[in-house]
Amino acid sequence: MNNQIFTLRVNGADHDVADSWLGESLLDVLRDRIGMMGSKGACTQGECGSCSVIVDGSLVCSCLVMAATAVDQEIVTIEGVAPVGAPSDVQRAFVDAGAVQCGFCTPGLIMAVHDLLERTPEPSDTEIREELAGNVCRCTGYGRIIDAVQQVSVARTTMAEGAR
Amino acid sequence: MTVAVPTSLDDAVRLLGEHPDAMLLSGGTDAMVEINDGHRRPDDLVIALNRVTDLRSWRHDPATGLVTIGAGVTYTELMQPPIADLLPALAEASRTVGSPQIRNAGTLGGNLGTCSPAGDGLPVLSALDADVRLVSATGERTISVHDLMVGVKRTSLEPGEIIADIVLQARDGWQGYAKVGVRNAMVIAVASACLAVDSSQQRVAIALGSVGPTIIRCTDAEQQLAAAVDWSTGTVGPEALSEFGGLVSAASTPITDHRSSADYRRHAVGILGARLGRRAFTVQGDSQ
Repeated sequence: MNNQIFTLRVNGADHDVADSWLGESLLDVLRDRIGMMGSKGACTQGECGSCSVIVDGSLVCSCLVMAATAVDQEIVTIEGVAPVGAPSDVQRAFVDAGAVQCGFCTPGLIMAVHDLLERTPEPSDTEIREELAGNVCRCTGYGRIIDAVQQVSVARTTMAEGAR
Repeated sequence: MTVAVPTSLDDAVRLLGEHPDAMLLSGGTDAMVEINDGHRRPDDLVIALNRVTDLRSWRHDPATGLVTIGAGVTYTELMQPPIADLLPALAEASRTVGSPQIRNAGTLGGNLGTCSPAGDGLPVLSALDADVRLVSATGERTISVHDLMVGVKRTSLEPGEIIADIVLQARDGWQGYAKVGVRNAMVIAVASACLAVDSSQQRVAIALGSVGPTIIRCTDAEQQLAAAVDWSTGTVGPEALSEFGGLVSAASTPITDHRSSADYRRHAVGILGARLGRRAFTVQGDSQ
């Protein structure tokens, strides 16, 4: 099997990837071949989480995925979370809580927080810290990030109760 | 370079049989770091194992108590009941691995294939005397995990062989995993230990990580603790536990590197051993 050209399904659309070195990470392919610059690259060893994406429903570091092995999988990046101009509740809460400073870690954190709240709708502060351990932020000291997660959790729970 | 994404173990071993120099890629959490850094540059075939369905599941046979874990089962999966209830030490070790992102990708088979002395799953596999089923295009064999792990990032896998599954006996008795690193999360072990009690056999097993070229079993410490425990009450004396910690330290053969010194590792692993002993048994004289 020779897949010099392979196709990745990103945010519901197929993208042909040509001329890449097949050992390239999904992060590099997303940014440099497909042109989606939302996922950030810092450590390229799975420590910082700024490249977090969802592959077939699992939160992973795109720097640790060999892109050519992600064929036939559903990849969701920060660009697929919400349309430009209509941010998700998590994105809005990050802005409202002051959880965005330089912004470099934000796309990865938004992906991780969406994933966390899917699995744990009402996390404790300790659970948030443990679940976000793979996303490094050098500006905020994390307090406002935890505030943002709690805001979304409360708002979603309130909305669910109101709908009952 | 080419990349193959087989979906069955048959296809994977056939490809590996045809391309003995192919690189096997499981969760990618070790291999992609080396590739990103340019320390490793695959130029032949890469066989991705993450979509091989035969490797992605586990099963429990209640009649024999055997738990068979596909090599592609992730740490995240190992942390969930019911497998976490069958093998609590493996669940506890899995929880200490990296972050959710890493645990979603990293696999038990990958941990074994890489065979780093710091691999968090490996002391558990050693303490529980796991068997490993290896499959190739020409057949299969099952070997003890003790014979598979032979050195720093070295296994006794033969060319053409793929780790298919890991077989463990679910046991009656407390089991747990403890680890020291430079911080609480996202950390590679400086020293680690798994203690597993087999109450029906009145035996204990302890295996150490990051304090030798590969995982170390401490036979002297195991025999001393098993003899010191009052099995009718599940209690043990405080002196026996400190002696146990000392024997654990003595069994370690650590090195000094950029993460820690040999002295610290030797000391820390003994503390971990004694702490695990305190969790496994009630210490005589301790007020509860």
